[in-house]
Order: sequence, then structure tokens, then C-alpha cells
Amino acid sequence: MNKIKVGVIGSGNIGTDLMMKIQRSPYIEMAVMIGIDPESEGLQRAEAAGVKTITNGIEGFLQQHELADILFDATSAKAHVLHVEKLKGLGKKIIDLTPAAIGPFVIPTVNLQDHIEVDVVNMVTCGGQATIPIIHAINSVQQVEYAEIVATIASKSAGPGTRANIDEFTETTSLAIEKIGGATKGKAIILLNPAEPPLIMRDTILCTLQEQAQEEAIMEAIHEMVAKVNEFVPGYRLKMEPLIDEKQVSVFLEVEGLGDYLPVYAGNLDIMTAAALKVGEEIAQAMIAEEAQIR
Amino acid sequence: MMPIYITEVAMRDGSHVVGHQFTKEQVRNITSQLSAAGMPYIEVTHGDGLGGSSLQYGLSKEYDIELIKEAALVAGNSKITVLLIPGIGTIKDLKEAYAAGAKAVRVATHVTEADVSKQHIEMAKSLGMEAFGFLMMAHSAPPEKVLEQALLMESYGADAVYVTDSAGAMLPSDVRNRIRLLRENLNIEVGFHAHNNLSLAVANTLVAIEEGATRIDASVCCLGAGAGNTQTEVLVAVLNRMEVESGIDLYKMLDLADYVRAEVLPHPQDITTGSLVMGYAGVYSSFLRHANIAGEKVGIDARTILVELGKRHIVGGQEDMIIEVAQQIAKQKVGIV
Repeated sequence: MNKIKVGVIGSGNIGTDLMMKIQRSPYIEMAVMIGIDPESEGLQRAEAAGVKTITNGIEGFLQQHELADILFDATSAKAHVLHVEKLKGLGKKIIDLTPAAIGPFVIPTVNLQDHIEVDVVNMVTCGGQATIPIIHAINSVQQVEYAEIVATIASKSAGPGTRANIDEFTETTSLAIEKIGGATKGKAIILLNPAEPPLIMRDTILCTLQEQAQEEAIMEAIHEMVAKVNEFVPGYRLKMEPLIDEKQVSVFLEVEGLGDYLPVYAGNLDIMTAAALKVGEEIAQAMIAEEAQIR
Repeated sequence: MMPIYITEVAMRDGSHVVGHQFTKEQVRNITSQLSAAGMPYIEVTHGDGLGGSSLQYGLSKEYDIELIKEAALVAGNSKITVLLIPGIGTIKDLKEAYAAGAKAVRVATHVTEADVSKQHIEMAKSLGMEAFGFLMMAHSAPPEKVLEQALLMESYGADAVYVTDSAGAMLPSDVRNRIRLLRENLNIEVGFHAHNNLSLAVANTLVAIEEGATRIDASVCCLGAGAGNTQTEVLVAVLNRMEVESGIDLYKMLDLADYVRAEVLPHPQDITTGSLVMGYAGVYSSFLRHANIAGEKVGIDARTILVELGKRHIVGGQEDMIIEVAQQIAKQKVGIV
């Protein structure tokens, strides 16, 4: 089977980690790494791995855009807006890992199939990828009136982009809790924990339901969803059994990373790259199927 | 000597004590009395800052923006200030607080994470507000680290940086080292926020003032998380005796203290075993209530939970860890693990 060729824009932590995951994929091929700093470790690693590199950003790619059909954008919200503009009309699929959110939010286990044909999809936030599947699972049993998530990540895993604009995390996540999770009202809190050695990413989900909780059905839905996310994020797990108390459901998660480029405690970054990879693979499979049909 | 500017925090830090149940009437009464007493700054916000009303930290009885509005109506010459912890509160919340009448904001981060405060400090300044940096859990980092982080806040435009002893764990020498280093190296004012868990709040505050701190937090009747803060009426009395100018009328503060004791305080703010252990263990003061609840739930001593939290360097905001740690200890106790 022919793999679909993909490119990664952005040679920072996320881009580099994503590249390493793509290199193991049976559906997509890491064809090009697009950066702006030839000295960056990401570009150097790509080159060492025999991946084509472009060091003058999106302009460089535009001159040889046949290199990739799917692009992962791991730059910044501002740069992403420009990239989408420049790539218009070239028929590329773009998976946005920045907070720009031009395209619809995608949570692979919840709504990926709805957006498989869309040109630009957005990966929400790390906290969103970790918690929205669970909120959606609970909401599929009973209406969630209010869902609140608390994401605690190791200080060392919060990059300068996150730090300079931490409101983007809380606002984007809250919105996606409502739009994708299905909660009537959403709220997100993020805490940076400087503890040494760094702690693994933790997510707490607190939901208030409209009615008394149907304990058994909710437990089952949560466990099912954890297993589904587990398929592509192996370090995603319940820290303890969910607590159900009348109308309130509390879920405690831990996300351990694979340790590809980033250390295992950075589950927040791992779940973003793993989820983006999953989206890229699904889009690629749809493209392969479509091609087969045309033939 | 430079004048000392006191910020009354009973309606913010004290919000923890009343389970975030302040009423509009209480806020109006306290604010107007504080204003009459000449209090320069009055903080009104959920205990965990703007946006703090949550299942994680406790839901407010009244949305804090509404309380800010009430306070602003009767604040007179006093400035209403708010607390904002980036990651919990946002710029949107800050703008609403400003529209409601807040004139100043303290942007609070854990002592090692000052860089998340940049956008909020800059926005506050561009709105024309006074903006202060607030370095929480300052006992947990060495003085040089506190300085490095304070310099960041200064570079974002902060009008002052506070050394915040959130856990009430600092000894006078800890206060002296940190305030002195900041005073020597910052061009802006230095502030200090104490908790009374080791009965050192007033003493530590005096050390801070001695070392050049000019922005001081205090709470009437000690109304604040843990054993409370530096007791405002006591501090004013002491400053009067020392002939340090605070501009605050002692007798009016004493009258206010009587009102708060009668109408607001659910129980006297003494140094309970829990708060003492907190200062001793060096964990966040607002953990106390949660540790008590968790301890009761799983049948273990809240002190054991607090000491374990301290060992694990749990930081402010990680209230979700408390029940988990409690359950782990309980399991170990019966030998399941």
C-alpha cells in the first residue's frame, strides 16, 4: 500500500515529536520538515533521518508543494493563519496543532468522521484532547449541565508559546468542552507544577448532571472511552476509579507520554501529537480509499 | 521612611474562610467602613482570584464581578483591587472586573512561573489599572530565584512585586533575605503578604517593612486562609506605636473588627492544629479545609495528609490531589497497597 506523503511545519518540540511518531506510521510518510531555523534540533534530526528539510518556511514549501498532501502545523496561531492563506487552492489537508482554531475542533474519538473532508481541522488543546472524550462519554449517557476540567502539567513541559498566552488554553478548552463535549457550560483551569522531578500530566474532570447519575451506565461509558483513547495514546489512564456522588461525577486521569522526543512526563504534548497523528492517519486512509474507488 | 500602603484582603483571602459565601450586603458594609478608615486598597475577589468560582475551589454565592460592583459603589477614595491567577482567570475576566470598578490587580503566579503573568500585567497597564506581581509560595524558592522572577514581572510593567508567604511557612530570616534582595535590585516597590500559621504574620511584616517593603497585605480579624493573614487592626496599632505612617484610623478598624467578628466570622481565626501543621509542612493555606474533608472521608488524620502534600511539593491549585493522597495513605494503612 502506498503511504500518503505528509509534511510538518514547525521544527520545535511538538513538530519534532510528531515527526518521530509519523516515522512509525503504516499510513503516512514523513516526507518533509518545514522550519525557519536551520540550526534547530528538529530540522537537524529530520535531515539526519533522511527526511527532506525546508529551511525558509512556508515560502519554500510553496515552490515544491507536490512534496506533501497533508500538512501538520505545529507553529503558532499567528503563523498558522498565514499558512492557511498561502496554501489556499492547493488542495492540501491541514491539521492545526496551534490555538488558531480556523477549522473545526477535532477530538479523534468523538467527531473525527464528521470532519474528515474538511481542509483545515484544529486539535483544540492538550487538556481538551485528554478530557473532552470523557465528558462526551458521560454526556452520551446523561446530559452534562456543567463540566469543569483541571489540567496540571509539569512546568518544564509548558513551552514559551503556552506561557505567553495561557488564556488561549482556558478559553479554547472551555469552548470545546461545550461544542464537542456537549456540556451546557464548560470551564477549564490549567496549573503549571514546578515539582522536581517533573510530574506526569494530570487531568481532573468534574461534571454536574441534570439528574441523579446512572452510575453503572456512566462507569461503563467512561471505561469504554478510556480504552478507545488508549488505542492511540498508550499512556492515557484513569488514576483511580471515577467518583459518583448523586449528580456529580469526578474523573481523575493521568497521561504519560511515549517519550519520543519529549520526556514521558510531558503527556500533555504527547497526547497532542498522538491525536494529530491519529487524525492524519484517518484522513490518509480516507484518501487511499477514495483513490482506490476512482481506479 | 516611605509611607506604607496596606491592602485589606479579608474579602479575598477571607473568602476561603467563609467558603466563598460573602453576600453583597457584607461586602458593602465592610467596604464602606474600610473606606471611612482610610484603607488605600481593598481586595474583592473569590479566594482563588477572578474565575475562581468552581467545583475545584468552591462555588461563590455571588459572582465576584457583582461583589466588585457593590464594593466600588461605596469605596470612596479607596481603590478596589482584584486577584488574578493566570490559568484560572483570564483577560476577559480582568476587563469585566475593570468595568465593574476595579482600579488595581494583583497578578499571581507560583513563585517559579512569573512568565505566565506577562499578558495580564500588560493588559492591566493598558487599561490604566495599577498592576502588581504576586509571587505565591515564595518560601519554596531560594531568594535568588524569587528575585529572578520578580525582575520578570518588573519587566512586564508591574508597579510592585509582592513576596507572598502563601503557606505561612516563612521564618523572619526567610522574609529578610527575600525582601532585602528584591529591594536592592528592583526599581519598583516591594510588597509582602503573610499568613499567620506560625504566629509570625505581624512580626514577619515588620521585618519586611524594616527591609524596605512598602506594600503590605493585611486582613481584619485575621480573615484569611489557614490561620489568616496579618491582622489589620493589630498591624495598624503597631505601626502607630512605631510612628510609621499608614494613613489608617485605628479606632475605625477596631469598630470594623467588631462587626466582622459578629456578622462574618464563622469561627474565631485562631491557629488551629491544621494551620500550624501547614506552616510547618509548607503547603498552601487553602488546602486545610480540603484536607479536613478528605481526612474525614477516608478516616485518616488531616495532619498526615498535609505533611505528605508538603513532601510531594503540591502547589497551590492542586486541590484535586488531596483526596487522592488521602486515599493512598488510607490504603497503605490497611496494607492493601
